[in-house]
Amino acid sequence: MSVATVPLPVIAQRVSREAWVARAGVILLVAWLVLSIALPLWALLSKSFQNANGEFIGVANYLRYFSTPSLFNSIFNSVGVAIATTVIVIPLAFVYAYALTRTRMRFKGLFYAAAMLPLFAPSLLSAISLIYLFGNQGLLKGLMFGSSIYGANGIIVAQVFYCFPHALIIAVTALALADARLYEVADALGTRKSRIFRTVTLPGAKFGLINAAFVVFTLVVTDFGIAKVIGGQFNVLATDAYKQVVGQQNFEMGAVVGMVLLVPAVLAFVIDRMVQRRQVALLSARAVPLEPKQNRPRDAALMVYCLVIGGILVGVLGTAIWASFITYWPYNLTPTLKNYDFANFDPGGWSPYFTSIWMATLAAVFGTGIVFTGAYVVEKTRVMPGGRMIAHLLAMLPMAVPGLVLGLGYVFFVNARWNPLGFLYGTLAVLVINSIAHFYTVAHITSLTALKQIDPEFESVSASLKVPFWRTFARVTVPICWPAILDIAIYIFVNALTTVSAVIFLYGPDTKLAAIAIVHMDEMGASAAAAGMATMIVFTALGAKLLQLLLDRLLFTRLQAWRKR
Amino acid sequence: MRMDASVKSMQSGSANTAGPFLRIRALAKRFGAFTALKDIDLDVAKGEFVCFLGPSGCGKTTLLRAIAGLDPQDEGLIEIAGRDVSNLPPAARDFGIVFQSYALFPNLTVAANVGYGLVNRRAGRAAMDARVKELLALVGLPEQGTKYPGQLSGGQQQRVALARALATSPGLLLLDEPLSALDARVRVRLREEIKQLQRRLGVTTIMVTHDQEEALAMADRIVVMREGVIEQVGTPSEIYRKPATAFVADFVGTMTFLDAQVSGPDRLRFGTIELACNSINGFAHGAAVRIGLRPEEIRVRNIDAATPNRIDARVSLLDFLGAFCRARLEPEAAPGVAILADFSANLMRDLSVVEGQTLTIALPPESLRVFAKS
Ligand SMILES: Nc1ncnc2c1ncn2[C@@H]1O[C@H](COP(=O)(O)OP(=O)(O)OP(=O)(O)O)[C@@H](O)[C@H]1O
Ligand SMILES: [Mg+2]
Repeated sequence: MSVATVPLPVIAQRVSREAWVARAGVILLVAWLVLSIALPLWALLSKSFQNANGEFIGVANYLRYFSTPSLFNSIFNSVGVAIATTVIVIPLAFVYAYALTRTRMRFKGLFYAAAMLPLFAPSLLSAISLIYLFGNQGLLKGLMFGSSIYGANGIIVAQVFYCFPHALIIAVTALALADARLYEVADALGTRKSRIFRTVTLPGAKFGLINAAFVVFTLVVTDFGIAKVIGGQFNVLATDAYKQVVGQQNFEMGAVVGMVLLVPAVLAFVIDRMVQRRQVALLSARAVPLEPKQNRPRDAALMVYCLVIGGILVGVLGTAIWASFITYWPYNLTPTLKNYDFANFDPGGWSPYFTSIWMATLAAVFGTGIVFTGAYVVEKTRVMPGGRMIAHLLAMLPMAVPGLVLGLGYVFFVNARWNPLGFLYGTLAVLVINSIAHFYTVAHITSLTALKQIDPEFESVSASLKVPFWRTFARVTVPICWPAILDIAIYIFVNALTTVSAVIFLYGPDTKLAAIAIVHMDEMGASAAAAGMATMIVFTALGAKLLQLLLDRLLFTRLQAWRKR
Repeated sequence: MRMDASVKSMQSGSANTAGPFLRIRALAKRFGAFTALKDIDLDVAKGEFVCFLGPSGCGKTTLLRAIAGLDPQDEGLIEIAGRDVSNLPPAARDFGIVFQSYALFPNLTVAANVGYGLVNRRAGRAAMDARVKELLALVGLPEQGTKYPGQLSGGQQQRVALARALATSPGLLLLDEPLSALDARVRVRLREEIKQLQRRLGVTTIMVTHDQEEALAMADRIVVMREGVIEQVGTPSEIYRKPATAFVADFVGTMTFLDAQVSGPDRLRFGTIELACNSINGFAHGAAVRIGLRPEEIRVRNIDAATPNRIDARVSLLDFLGAFCRARLEPEAAPGVAILADFSANLMRDLSVVEGQTLTIALPPESLRVFAKS
C-alpha cells in the first residue's frame, strides 16, 4: 500500500453546453408548471381568505359558508349523488369488462367501442338525452310514473352514462392482466367456479376496481354540465360555484366552494394512492396470459348483457343526436336542419364551434409538445434532480384538481391586481393554457410510460459519440414515441373540445366555446340547438379519433418499418 | 495499492505518451450513504485489454461509468492519455462504449447507427459512407447496412454496437458486459473476435464482466474487485496461480479451503496432518491460516515414499462433468473435511476410481496457497 501522493480533488463535473441546455429545460418546465398550475391554485386558496376588497379576513368566508345551510347542504348532495353513481356504475362496468376480457363472446371490439362513445361527448349530452326521453315532453315520460327526472335521480342516471367508459377502461385493464396458471392450478384442485371467481378473479381485479370507484366518485363530484342541465332545484357543489361566481359575482364565496370541491377530489386521490401502494405486482414477468375457454351458456348470457347495456348507451346518446334533427319534439318528428342554424339561438352562431376546434387544436399541438418534452427532461436528463422532482410533482397535481376548481383559480389568478398577465383574460391563449394544464397529468403519465420503455443508455451513447442529446431526442426518441405522441395529442384535443367545467369562467366575448354555447342555449330552453351543437362536438371528436387510427396505421406501415421483424 | 504500468503494451505505431494511457488515483464514489467505490488506483497501458472482474454489485459498472464521465466520481483523479479528465463531461473525453443492452437506435438502419457519431464531424457524405462500410466489414457484417437492428440476431447487434463505438476511432473502448446477453456458443465465438479486433486496432480496452472464464480468456490483465475496492490486479495466470487473497482464489476458479496452523518454517499443520509448502506467506509461527488448493493440482499417480504431503483419503462422492470427474475426498486423518479434486477421464479409467474407495493422494507443496484466516 502506498500513500496516495496525489491530492484528492472533490469532483464537480464541468457543466457542458449540453448540461446548460438541459438545465434551461428544467427551469423552463418548472416555471411553466408553476405559472399554469401552482399559481392559479394559490390564487384560489388566497382568495378564499379575502374579502371583496382583497383584504385578508381569515376564515370568515368559511364560517359564513358553513353557517348557511343552503350552501353546505350541497356537500351532502354532491357526495350522495357521487356515492350512488359509483355503487351503480362499478358493478355494471365490471360485468361488461368481464364479458370483454374473460369470454369468447363475439364482437368484443364493437361492444368496447360502443361503451367508449360517452368519452367523445360533453358530459351534459347524456343529461340532454334523458330530458328528451323522460323530461316534461319526454318520449317515455310514462315510465316515470309521475316522478320527475329533474333532480338527484336525473343526475345519477346521467352520471352513470358519463362515467361508464371511465370505469370500464380501468376494469378492462385490471381484468386483462391475469395469470392463466392461477386458474389452471385452481381447476386442477377441483375448485368450484364460484369459488375461483371469489378467490382468484376478484382479488386480481380488486385494486383496479377500487381505483375505478375513486375515479368515478371524483368525476361525479366535480362534474358541472350534468347537474347544470338536469339538476333542477337540486344544488351540488359544482353548480354552487358557478352560481356564486357567474350569477352573484361573489368571488370569495366561489373560492370557498372551489376549496370545498377540492377536498373530496384530493381525498379520493390520496386514499386511492395509499391503497394502490399496497398492491403487489400480481403479474410476474413469467405469467402466462389467460386465454378464455369456450363456455356457450356463459358467453351467450354475457352477450345479451352487453347488447342491453351497450344498446342503452348508444340509444340514449343517440336520442340527443336524433332529437337535434327533429322539428318539434315530440309532436312533430319530421327531420330538419333548422336546429343547426345556431345564429337563431345564440348570438355567436357557428363561431363557438370553430373557436372550439381552433382552441382544441392549439392545445393539442402545444400541449403535446410541452408535455412530451417536459416528460423527456424529467425522465432522461440527469441535471438538477431537485428541479426535476418538483416538475414531476407539479405535473401530477392536475389529476387531483377538478376542472371547475382549476378554472376558478385561473379567473382569480389572471384577474389578480398584482398579475401583469391580466391582459390574457378572455383570450384564446388563456383557454389553451388552461386546457393544457387541466389535462396535463394523463398526458404526462402517458409520455413517461413511453419514455421508460426506451433504453436508458441512449443518452449515454450519444454523449460518448459527442452527439448532443437534443439531436438524439429528435432523431430517435420522438420517432420511436410517435404512437404515444399521437395518442396524447388526440386525448388533449378531444378533452379540450368536450370540457365545460374549466373554461366556463374563462371565455371572453370573442372566445366563446361550443361547449359553453351548449350550456347557454340549454339555459334559454333551446335544447334542440344545444343537442345540435353537442352532436357537432361528438362527430368532430369521433373524427379526430378516426384520424388517429388512420395515422397510426399509416405510421406503422410507412414510417415505422423498423418495427417489423 | 500501487500497480505498475503493464510490461506488455501493444503499440499501434501512434505517438507514445510517457506513462500509462489511463491513470486513476484515489477514486471514490458514493450513492448517498453507500460507498460504491473507494481508494481505486489503477494504471492501464496503451493498447492493453483490461477486464474488471467481480461478483454482482461490486462496483464494476460504476467504475466504468466514472471513467466515461457518465456518473462522475465523488473524489479522485482520472487521466486519459496524460490529460486530466476528472471533471470533464463525457463528450469532452475520448471513448467509445458498448452497453450490455447494446442501446442500438431501433428506428435507424444499421448503417445510420454506425455512422451516428460521424455526422457531426463534417467529413462529407462520401467519406462517411466509406467509413461506415469499412467498419461494417471490420466487424464482419459487410452487407447488413440497410437492415434495422430488430432484424438482426443478438450477436449481430452486438457487432453493430461495437462498430458504432469504434466509428470515431476513440482512444479508449469501454465494454460493459458486452457478451452476457448472448447464448454460450455465440459468446465464445465473439470473445475471440473482439479480442482479435482489439489486437489489430491496438485500442486500449476495458471490459466489465462477471464471467471469470471470459476474463481469463480475453484480458491482458484482470482487475478483481470486491465491494468497491480492488482486490488484485494481474495477468490471468497471475490471478489464477497466485491469487492475492482467498476471495480472489475462490472467485477465479475453484478452490478448496482448509483451516490450518503454521507449525514451522514452510510447515503447516492441518488436523493431525503435517504439510510442507513452498511459502508460508510471511505468517508467524502458530498463526491460524487457510490453505487453498485447486482441484486440478491434486496428484494421484506416481506417488512413492518420497512424495511429500501424502495422505490417504476416501472418495466420498464423484460428480461426472464430462471431460473430467470432480471427486470429493475425505482424508482418513480428518474425516468430515472435504477436498475437491478433478480427475481426468483417463485417470478414472486407468485407476478405475469408484465411490467409497480409499486413494493415496499428494498435495504438492508448490500448489498450497496460504491465506489469512478471515
Ligand atoms: N444510481 C445508484 N444509486 C444507488 N446505488 C447504486 C446506483 N448505481 C449502483 N448502485 C450500487 O452500487 C453498487 C455497485 O453497482 P454496480 O452497478 O457498479 O455493480 P456491478 O459490479 O456492475 O454489478 P453487476 O455485475 O450486477 O452489473 C451496487 O451495490 C449498487 O446497488
Ligand atoms: Mg454492471
